[in-house]
Amino acid sequence: MELLKKTAAEQRKALLSKEISAVELVSETFKQIENLDEKIGAYNSLTREQAIETARKVDEKIAKGEQLPPMAGIPLALKDNMNMIGSKTTASSKILENFVSPYDATVTKKLKENLVPIVGKANLDEFAMGSSNENSAFKIVRNPHNLNKVPGGSSGGSAASVAAYEATVSLGSDTGGSIRLPASFCGINGFKPTYGRVSRYGLIAFASSLDQIGPFGRSVEDIANLYMAIAGWDEKDSTSLKLEVDNVTKTLKDGVGGLKIGVIKELLGEGVNDDVRKSIENAIETYEKLGATIKEISLPLLKYSIGIYYIVATAEASSNLARYDGVKYGYRTKDAQNLLEMYTKTRAEGFGDEVKRRIMLGTYALSSGYYDAYYKKAQQLRRLVKNDFDKAFDDVDILISPTCPTTAFDIGSRNEDPLAMYLTDIATISANLIGAPALSTPCGFDSEKMPIGLQIIGKNLDEATILKAAYSLEQELN
Amino acid sequence: MIEIKDVEHVAKLARLELSEEEKVKFSKQLGDILKYVEQMNEVDTTGVEPMNHAMEFFNVMREDIVKYDNTREELMANAPDVESDYFKVPKIN
Amino acid sequence: MSLEDMKEKYEMVIGLEVHAQLKTNTKIFAPDGAEFGREPNTQTSAITLGMPGVLPVLNKEAVRMGILTGLALNSQIPNRCKFDRKQYFYPDLPKGYQISQFDEPICVGGWVQISNKKIGITRAHLEEDAGKLVHAGAAGLYGSSYSLVDLNRAGTPLLEIVSEPDMRSSDEAREYVEQLRNILRYIGVCDGNLEEGSMRADANVSVRIKGQKEFGTRAEIKNVNSFRALQRAIEYEFVRQTEILEEGGEVVQETRLWDDNSGTTSSMRGKEDAHDYRYFPEPDLMPLEISREWIEEIKKSMPELPGQKIERYMGLGLSEYDANVLVNQMDTALFFDEALKLGVNPKVASNFLSGEIAAYLKEEKTAINDTKLSVQNFAKLLKLLDKGTISNNIAKQLVVEILKTGEDAAELVEKKGLSVVSDTSALEEVARKIIEANPEQVAAYKGGRDKLFGFFVGQAMKETKGRANPKLLNEIIKKELEK
Repeated sequence: MELLKKTAAEQRKALLSKEISAVELVSETFKQIENLDEKIGAYNSLTREQAIETARKVDEKIAKGEQLPPMAGIPLALKDNMNMIGSKTTASSKILENFVSPYDATVTKKLKENLVPIVGKANLDEFAMGSSNENSAFKIVRNPHNLNKVPGGSSGGSAASVAAYEATVSLGSDTGGSIRLPASFCGINGFKPTYGRVSRYGLIAFASSLDQIGPFGRSVEDIANLYMAIAGWDEKDSTSLKLEVDNVTKTLKDGVGGLKIGVIKELLGEGVNDDVRKSIENAIETYEKLGATIKEISLPLLKYSIGIYYIVATAEASSNLARYDGVKYGYRTKDAQNLLEMYTKTRAEGFGDEVKRRIMLGTYALSSGYYDAYYKKAQQLRRLVKNDFDKAFDDVDILISPTCPTTAFDIGSRNEDPLAMYLTDIATISANLIGAPALSTPCGFDSEKMPIGLQIIGKNLDEATILKAAYSLEQELN
Repeated sequence: MIEIKDVEHVAKLARLELSEEEKVKFSKQLGDILKYVEQMNEVDTTGVEPMNHAMEFFNVMREDIVKYDNTREELMANAPDVESDYFKVPKIN
Repeated sequence: MSLEDMKEKYEMVIGLEVHAQLKTNTKIFAPDGAEFGREPNTQTSAITLGMPGVLPVLNKEAVRMGILTGLALNSQIPNRCKFDRKQYFYPDLPKGYQISQFDEPICVGGWVQISNKKIGITRAHLEEDAGKLVHAGAAGLYGSSYSLVDLNRAGTPLLEIVSEPDMRSSDEAREYVEQLRNILRYIGVCDGNLEEGSMRADANVSVRIKGQKEFGTRAEIKNVNSFRALQRAIEYEFVRQTEILEEGGEVVQETRLWDDNSGTTSSMRGKEDAHDYRYFPEPDLMPLEISREWIEEIKKSMPELPGQKIERYMGLGLSEYDANVLVNQMDTALFFDEALKLGVNPKVASNFLSGEIAAYLKEEKTAINDTKLSVQNFAKLLKLLDKGTISNNIAKQLVVEILKTGEDAAELVEKKGLSVVSDTSALEEVARKIIEANPEQVAAYKGGRDKLFGFFVGQAMKETKGRANPKLLNEIIKKELEK
């Protein structure tokens, strides 16, 4: 039905004007999932009861004429690495296949407070490790624009659900581009806030110093509203920022007049698909037309970001995944004769290939004799990368680039060579390393009608500016 | 290439049982990745403070007040093997 | 080689790592309670169990106690410290890593005074405790068919205090741990109970030929659960290592387990290869910058330390020995302090506390605060004694009764008619009665056996049920005997 294709803001209008009830909206969403998801694979599990119950509450309040938060009643998919009481939270891994959350993630609590019906848990690359959602232990996710292509990863399910109208909005997590990349490949908006803006409590950790939760939506306004619903200091997350959250929706429509935009030179060089390049150049022209000034910015250390990431992220991941040992929860092998076997077989049987590879790499990087050469070196280089960006931000207000040098690639086409897959993240990784807010917003299609995404990176804590820039472009392009 | 014995050592540290094929595969793949990563050595980082956190701030602490959010039953509901309210594990050696 | 010869030729070098469980209300990184002895796995949380997605949050009280301890141990509190992950797999370690402090600990340096020297402290750092394992099907770890895990203790705050290798005898080692224990108890951060495990000591022992500058290879001894075990283990290690060296062998650097039953240490090698802990900075916790203001505030709040107490008591006239006896029983010393505030005579009070009262507590296996003797009542009793209303004998009897019943001292004296009898005529009557009843002794005394005087006094005392004023009684008996 047509309303499913609307933005959250439009759906809200319909709810408030009683054109449709929240329960109906959620039910329609479930029908869409029933019809479509076998092909798409966006959901690991559905949480029907909880969603209907929440929708019912929303309808009650509407009937009473009570005030409702912006995202109330809007069907949402929650990436299956975020805990929700009573639901299976699997991280798309065999090792947590039957794990039922005994507690809510802080974002889940906030969604519940905002009366957002969570329709189900979205599929992802196992433990958020991947760029194509081909690493889920259960099933792959397909790009709704072309079922033979990947939706991007690791939040492939979250992105695909929104692109396929199986949810209006969704939450994903971004460690090296896992929100922005699938947003780009699926033609929707995806946003990673400044590190620390959104609580990580209840998010299954991949790389602690890089992970952030963020929203997906069909419009910039939607992701802005969803961000406001989940952002804020959390006493349960020591890395969460104890700062006022600026109301980014207030400045959304301010326009880009006078805005200084830096175009990252290294990300528009060789290897960028022609259609992608054209689309980005078009976006640049549009910004100029709207009154922004454009400058080319060089970030020479950018090329090291993948190396840094694959040391730091895997090191942290190898540590974060040590808890999956078959003792307290999760999968345990049936074959163990003793404790050592229980550990090694449980983890061998429970983890997929990519996860094992990263655990091995991370363990190696931290091991005796290698710490200085790999982990410490990477963290030092990380600081130099940050310095580079800081310098750039002295000159410009935001930085832009393609979210990915290509559009969505064919399923199975980058599987053989892990390194080739890792290079997909070249544009997105730096923002995680430095903690900066970054988003991907749709800016065109390629000759095969596959979506292209524009990445916008902002200064730390300056979500407002990147959202307003994305909004301006969105309005122009539509 | 990192050698098979290094792969075995790391697998032991990480408590991962690997098949012979996996050892060979990882030996090559990890070697390739590390070689790529070693590009980092092109940059002089002498005296640079490692960046362990995205934002630097200090003294995040909480008051010493008892609070329980879950019961034992809730917390042990996902346990693979339990005996008399203990988690049960196979013999240690 | 005899032990004497060994001790002649070799010297032992000992360093101690003491883990003190901090008496906070909650765990160091989670808000579950940190009491001892609850039903298995009831004192846990999603955080303590290391469930997917949980995060640690630092307990401020654990930090305060760490700083307080550092100050009491004469350590430096660096401006900055941080946490690191120490990684290894074991069923009692839910996350597969322990949050600890590797290269930037909360306290650096310091010392503890023992009788003849200062024992240096290298550092002290905060970390979380692991859970407990129960091994089924055997007496201990080896040979057990499965193990049971209780995570109540997991996450309890520990302060690991590392000494310099400054001790040269098992006596010094014992004294160091005793002093440390006293200090920790007096500042209220730890119960210091080796048997219960609220304090744990691991000993690093090496030997070298006397006069040699370099240290020998050391072995780490674990599973020492009492002061006696500590000394025995160290002595055993000394002999074991010396024998190896005498035979031309080399001591292996390893961890060894003390077994109280056999009185030996055995190697833990082969159980686990040398650990590679892969330390790296804890990304989920922010570093600490300890302000000098906070340190001052904590310093001001520091209770009187045992060493300071001993000096003060000696200043009040107690011998060093008596002062030490009091201070070693913290409850008693604090009781003593309160009694002093009420004006009791220090020496008299000390005698009672270390004498009758200590004996009672030992026999009843109880603590002074669990008896019915209040400080006020104790002071009252001592005042009655001081005034001469009751005799020393009576006071000793009464104190035991009051420990049991808590009855008011003055009322008890009144009720039982225990006041000192100083009525001259009454005492004269008693004296005459005793003399009349014992003509033989009288004759013998008058015949020159002076020592029999004590007999008459004793009998008269008995007659008065210990109430006779001793001085007056003596005078009266003497006078009566001269008649």
